Amino acid sequence: MNDSHYCPHTAKDIREMLSAIGIASVEELFAPIPAELRATTFNIPPGMSEFETFSRMQAIAGENSQGMIAFIGGGFYDHIIPAAVDHLAGRSEFYTAYTPYQPECSQGTLQALFEYQTAICRLTGLDVSNASLYDGATACAEAAMMSLRVTGRTKIVVDGCVSPFSRQVLKTYLYNLNVDVIELEPLDGLLNRNGLDEVLDDSVAAVLVQNPNFFGCIEDFSQLAVQVHGVGALLVSSVYPISLGMLKSPGEMGVDIAIGDGQSLGNPLSFGGPSFGFIAARKSLIRNMPGRIVGETVDRNGTRGYVLTLQAREQHIKRHRATSNICSNQGLCALRGLIFLSAIGKDGLAELASLNRDKAEYAKSKLLTIPGVTVLQSALTFNEFTLFLPKDADNVVAALLERGIAAGVPLGQYYEGSEKCLAVTVTEKRTRKDIDLLVRELEVALCN
Amino acid sequence: MQLIYEQSTPGRHGIRLPASDVPVAPALPADLLRSEAAKLAEISELDLVRHFTNLSRRNFSVDTNFYPLGSCTMKYNAKVLENSAALFAPFHPMTALLPGGAEFCQGTLGLLYDLGQLLADITGMDEVTTQPLAGAHGEMTGILLISAYHAARGNRAKKKYVVVPDSSHGTNPASAAIAGYEIITVPTAPYGDMDLELFKTAMNDEVAAVMMTCPNTLGLFNPHIKEVSDIAHCHDALMYYDGANLNAIMGKVKPGDVGFDVVHVNLHKTFGTPHGGGGPGSGPVGVKKSLIPFLPQPRIVMAADGAIHLETANPEAIGRTANFFGNFGVMAKAYSYIIMLGREGLIEVSELAVLNANYLKEKLKPYYDLPYDMTCMHECVFSASRQLEHGVHAIDIAKFLIDKGYHPPTVYFPMIVKEAIMIEPTETESKATLDAFIEVMIDAAQTTECNPQALFDAPLTMPVSRLDETKAAREQKICCIG
Repeated sequence: MNDSHYCPHTAKDIREMLSAIGIASVEELFAPIPAELRATTFNIPPGMSEFETFSRMQAIAGENSQGMIAFIGGGFYDHIIPAAVDHLAGRSEFYTAYTPYQPECSQGTLQALFEYQTAICRLTGLDVSNASLYDGATACAEAAMMSLRVTGRTKIVVDGCVSPFSRQVLKTYLYNLNVDVIELEPLDGLLNRNGLDEVLDDSVAAVLVQNPNFFGCIEDFSQLAVQVHGVGALLVSSVYPISLGMLKSPGEMGVDIAIGDGQSLGNPLSFGGPSFGFIAARKSLIRNMPGRIVGETVDRNGTRGYVLTLQAREQHIKRHRATSNICSNQGLCALRGLIFLSAIGKDGLAELASLNRDKAEYAKSKLLTIPGVTVLQSALTFNEFTLFLPKDADNVVAALLERGIAAGVPLGQYYEGSEKCLAVTVTEKRTRKDIDLLVRELEVALCN
Repeated sequence: MQLIYEQSTPGRHGIRLPASDVPVAPALPADLLRSEAAKLAEISELDLVRHFTNLSRRNFSVDTNFYPLGSCTMKYNAKVLENSAALFAPFHPMTALLPGGAEFCQGTLGLLYDLGQLLADITGMDEVTTQPLAGAHGEMTGILLISAYHAARGNRAKKKYVVVPDSSHGTNPASAAIAGYEIITVPTAPYGDMDLELFKTAMNDEVAAVMMTCPNTLGLFNPHIKEVSDIAHCHDALMYYDGANLNAIMGKVKPGDVGFDVVHVNLHKTFGTPHGGGGPGSGPVGVKKSLIPFLPQPRIVMAADGAIHLETANPEAIGRTANFFGNFGVMAKAYSYIIMLGREGLIEVSELAVLNANYLKEKLKPYYDLPYDMTCMHECVFSASRQLEHGVHAIDIAKFLIDKGYHPPTVYFPMIVKEAIMIEPTETESKATLDAFIEVMIDAAQTTECNPQALFDAPLTMPVSRLDETKAAREQKICCIG
């Protein structure tokens, strides 16, 4: 015994336990499994030590290209993570606990989630937030389903400038629900407002937009909110939380439900996850929110405390009539988001947002000095912008990858006719030297 | 304890940002800007560190307390798993989606492919997608795969129902409902599993899938599972395996061999990744060959030369269920766990998980009602109905345990057991820990008879006593005002 390293049983323990149960071998405990169903093969390799395991993992990580200078975003962003985030979220009292079903011995997690909900409400300018969802793309689908429930309607209009990944997830979620999903073709990297006028009527449950959008463009959706509310629909906006250090918040625009991916708030890129999705809404929509919600209350002595609340919305009570099938949230990632926002602070987030935009504007101005490179004229941008290249962007990006630079996301595979478009992202982590290198290498690639 | 916002002082800064090395950009027009900064905390780094360190001390966790929360598999989370995941922190997922980008991500893509192969062997499936982000997300993905399978055979409109036992996790019917199905619930028989005769009555050709947890939420292995699967297949319904309880059967029985067509596994349960105070989890889904064409995109495939590629444009696929490739960090941990424990280690995990549960069951049987008295798998479900005669509910026993330093078992689930107390000790707990817990459970039973008030008053040793949940629901104060 003890092949697993982590099972503490001695041979003597096992003998005593078997004797207490009144059987002779552990194998007898598996007698309820009919013999003909028992596994005949189990082809997992033999185990190894902790040291060997970690060495193997180092070797695997080493098979990825190292030190790539990245100007890619597309929903995940390479931002600084204060050291305190790893150390505090790395407290095993946080990370080895589970969903706070027993509030008296889970006040740490519960208060942190309450503080997280507060941060999300303040960031988005909305009244209520849940304790997190899986990621930004699934949050988009959850917001759409929430809108269908609230309005009792069966049509969703989604701006084609919303991340194609979010739109794909949305369509997968809604595939069997007899819902019409109408996608509006982008117009010069912005919401096609005439196209919207044609489809917006009182059968629409929600209009889904994104700010900044997949092209990096910023819009003010205040007028849109008035128009959408005019037909009794909800306006759902996906937002990039770092940009909210600067940009008009969803609440200020009149958005009903704000969603987004929390990766940029203190969660490493980690090849795509885990991160968390956030969702915030107007107070009147709270009973239709999906997922866990933490609420403040008092104990028997009047001491302030926190509990999971409004659980009658959830699957463990309502089963198939629940507002969502979601069970767990992304608690630890949301905690990282809270620690990040608290460490950066109120002024810090504004400063961080400015830093991102300054770097991106510098990069944009330098890239536009390359002959034949132009930019979408119509749009203002935050830290991501779309270039028109004189050549097919796929080939240029592939060539720069060989030079250790991820130059941007070519948009051709996401938008028909956009084969020469390249979405470039610049975060505060890219130095002027990195940017100048990108400009030089791109110029070389375009000249060849 | 103060909220972090109550400790804020205007103008105080946490961390310092890098200095800018580029010119300041011209400001955006005012109508695009927020009118005032979001009121985030304004706190020094030390105060921040004290705040969250002190918050962490208000939690029970596996690393501080025995945590036998039934159905959740709260096993020890090996520390090397954290180190393993950290190795992959810098890798941007978009790199793999760039033209020619997969070539630069062979380590991470290869890990996902290999993990899929290992999970396929453990569950007896042909291919695994790692995209689903949690167990319930895996369930929804699995049911959408089944739906696509029926649709491809021209049966989309015909197949309307999903059958679940009444002992199932709430996520099962909720996931099937989100995937567009109506639910048929089959009651549990006295032998502790879905009533076979009632199941036969419920089945018809309009059933798309049967969702089973095996062993089930009572901790029992269904002796009729093969028959259930054969009947389902006769009606062209597929069998869905909820992998919440896979920890009991690794190397002993494979869901694929029993007739299951789709499974999800909870990496955060069986494969030792931490639960994070409620996530992140990870819920990979395995399928039999006939469902491979429908797997979500991007699908990770191996070419003849061993290189890993992404399939991104298969029109038959159900689309995409998450942003990128799933919760990669969680999968790096689960992969480390599997290769470290290896074949013999995983078998031992299941054997000792089952031994621990049966030991607890035998020792506690004289003190608590055991509605289904038979050999259990990795967990056992008692009822506090005997204690209820003294006015003591399962929740009172739970609160008594908290005062003694134990995270309570799951209570009031499964719903089919009155005053349920569901105990899952897991394999990583020692006999000494179990013996101490048994003593406290016996103490709770005896205190119920002589001094029930002591249970009603508990807990007394925590930062808060019992909380007013009605007030929370009525007032809906879910964020800090001001």
